Amino acid sequence: MKILNDTKLMFIRNMQHTLRSPVFVFVSMFQPLMYLLLFMPLLNGLGSVPGLPSGKAVDVFIPGLLVLQALFGTAFVGFALIDDIRTGVIERFLVSPVNRSAILLGRVLRDALVLVIQCVLITLVAIPFGLSVNAGGFLLSLLLYALIGITMASISYGFALIYKIEDALAPTLNTITLPVSLLSGIILPLALAPIWLQDLAKINPFSYAVNATRALFAGNFQNIGIIEGFVVIGVLAVLVFLWGLRSLKKMAS
Amino acid sequence: MSGDLVIETKGLRKIFISKERGGKKEVEAVKSIDLTVRKGEIFGFLGPNGAGKSTTQKMLSTLLRPTGGEAKVLGYDLAKQQEQIRQNVGCVSQAGGADLSSTGIENLVLQAQLYGVDTLIAKKSAAEFAERFQMNSFIARAASAYSGGQKRRLDIALGMIHHPQLLLLDEPTTGLDPQSRAYLWGEIKKLKTEGVTIFLTTQYMDEADKLCDTIAIIDNGKIIVTGTPEELKSSVGGDTIVFSFASEETAHKAETLLTEKIQAERIQTKDNSVHLTIKDGERLMPELLRSLDAKNLEAQTVTLSRPSLDDVFLKYTGRSLREDIIK
Repeated sequence: MKILNDTKLMFIRNMQHTLRSPVFVFVSMFQPLMYLLLFMPLLNGLGSVPGLPSGKAVDVFIPGLLVLQALFGTAFVGFALIDDIRTGVIERFLVSPVNRSAILLGRVLRDALVLVIQCVLITLVAIPFGLSVNAGGFLLSLLLYALIGITMASISYGFALIYKIEDALAPTLNTITLPVSLLSGIILPLALAPIWLQDLAKINPFSYAVNATRALFAGNFQNIGIIEGFVVIGVLAVLVFLWGLRSLKKMAS
Repeated sequence: MSGDLVIETKGLRKIFISKERGGKKEVEAVKSIDLTVRKGEIFGFLGPNGAGKSTTQKMLSTLLRPTGGEAKVLGYDLAKQQEQIRQNVGCVSQAGGADLSSTGIENLVLQAQLYGVDTLIAKKSAAEFAERFQMNSFIARAASAYSGGQKRRLDIALGMIHHPQLLLLDEPTTGLDPQSRAYLWGEIKKLKTEGVTIFLTTQYMDEADKLCDTIAIIDNGKIIVTGTPEELKSSVGGDTIVFSFASEETAHKAETLLTEKIQAERIQTKDNSVHLTIKDGERLMPELLRSLDAKNLEAQTVTLSRPSLDDVFLKYTGRSLREDIIK
């Protein structure tokens, strides 16, 4: 099928770009690793505070930390797209018969794969810190992280295609990622928050992802939060991808 | 549509909506353009910056949707058969479109694959094009390291790799050094001999003059005049020949002789020189010199100047194209 073949071509092309400077795959893991090393010890001291989810701090913290990585690690992929717009690469793709969805799919799938690799590495680093994780739950979590990555990458590409300049892109992305991550209960559980903040978090799709992956890591497969997380993020990923695709098609007219 | 027309447009228009303070403003970049490009020719679209050349080209390549009018490209309807047009037209934009962090070969192979060629054949044609455009010495390096001329060669190879019947070139030599320009002109002519129809936009008179079989001059989104370079130039008037002599007296004798001999549009003597405006000056000049010699009226210098496309532009727009470029 044409869309599959074209997506494969675009995925390989973008993967080649990533592999040309693989060091950045590691550089963009620096932020979660710093949280792991310099912030998590604080949580250990908080162990007995009421409102914290049960379990060791590390078991609660790591799934959320990986959501943080999924948000921030993929949020800035739009910059490379602006470069491709400026050098005429996107225009060259658009005048070729290549499937339009494939142009974007090849990028977001690359971003999702890079993210999954980063999540595996961060998890491995966390094991010596006492992380215990359900293997099946972890694999399902990776799928959810990939969906978050696809969501953030699509948002980033969508704005890149609309703005076409870097200056406007960075503040827009920061404006999205910061509140969304604060309202996910990643760093501290939202159970500690006042009611209004908890209500606000309920309309933040990524807080569902945090709940879902915490349940998955713990192996609580009966937890309804898991289904909620996949549905919310899955629907969101599809919607923002279609929005990004619309921006790509609109760029032409 | 007759069989030998590669591009045919009727009333092709493009209006851009630009947001400005105090509301939206419509900018009519292309105002009702009628074009016919015949199979196998190099068609030049000549005009200053902002005349609507690139916009027209982007509409023909399916990149921009026209606001109005209709067009057929290679017999396909621009509004309905975009897939077929994309598959059969090659396109080189002003920006070029080479992926700078990839090597030339990677660029070429992917480009062929995007047009549905499978990997093995894509690699083979990439190697062929590297050879053909004399890129072997640098094709394995990242395109970011290429000189302007090298990058342009890669851009054009990218536009050609799927062997299109029609190639759209947007200002292919802008910003290049003279040697690279000459090289590309040679390559473009070679493509023509291979039967490829070429639609070329340019702001350079000499480029249009040297390369094109037909030229359409566009200004402010409208085509002002269309014709072969020769037709356009002779529409301005004849060639100018200036003979200069040792003395004013000789010059006057020469004027008398030349007036008897030929039907000039204009002939006059200024100081030691005779200025003559005539059609076909290039062909007549040797004969005129021989007649002058026969009467011992020896010309010391002779210059022939032909009307340039710049004169054509001046005649039809009242402005010089060069002024516009400098602005």
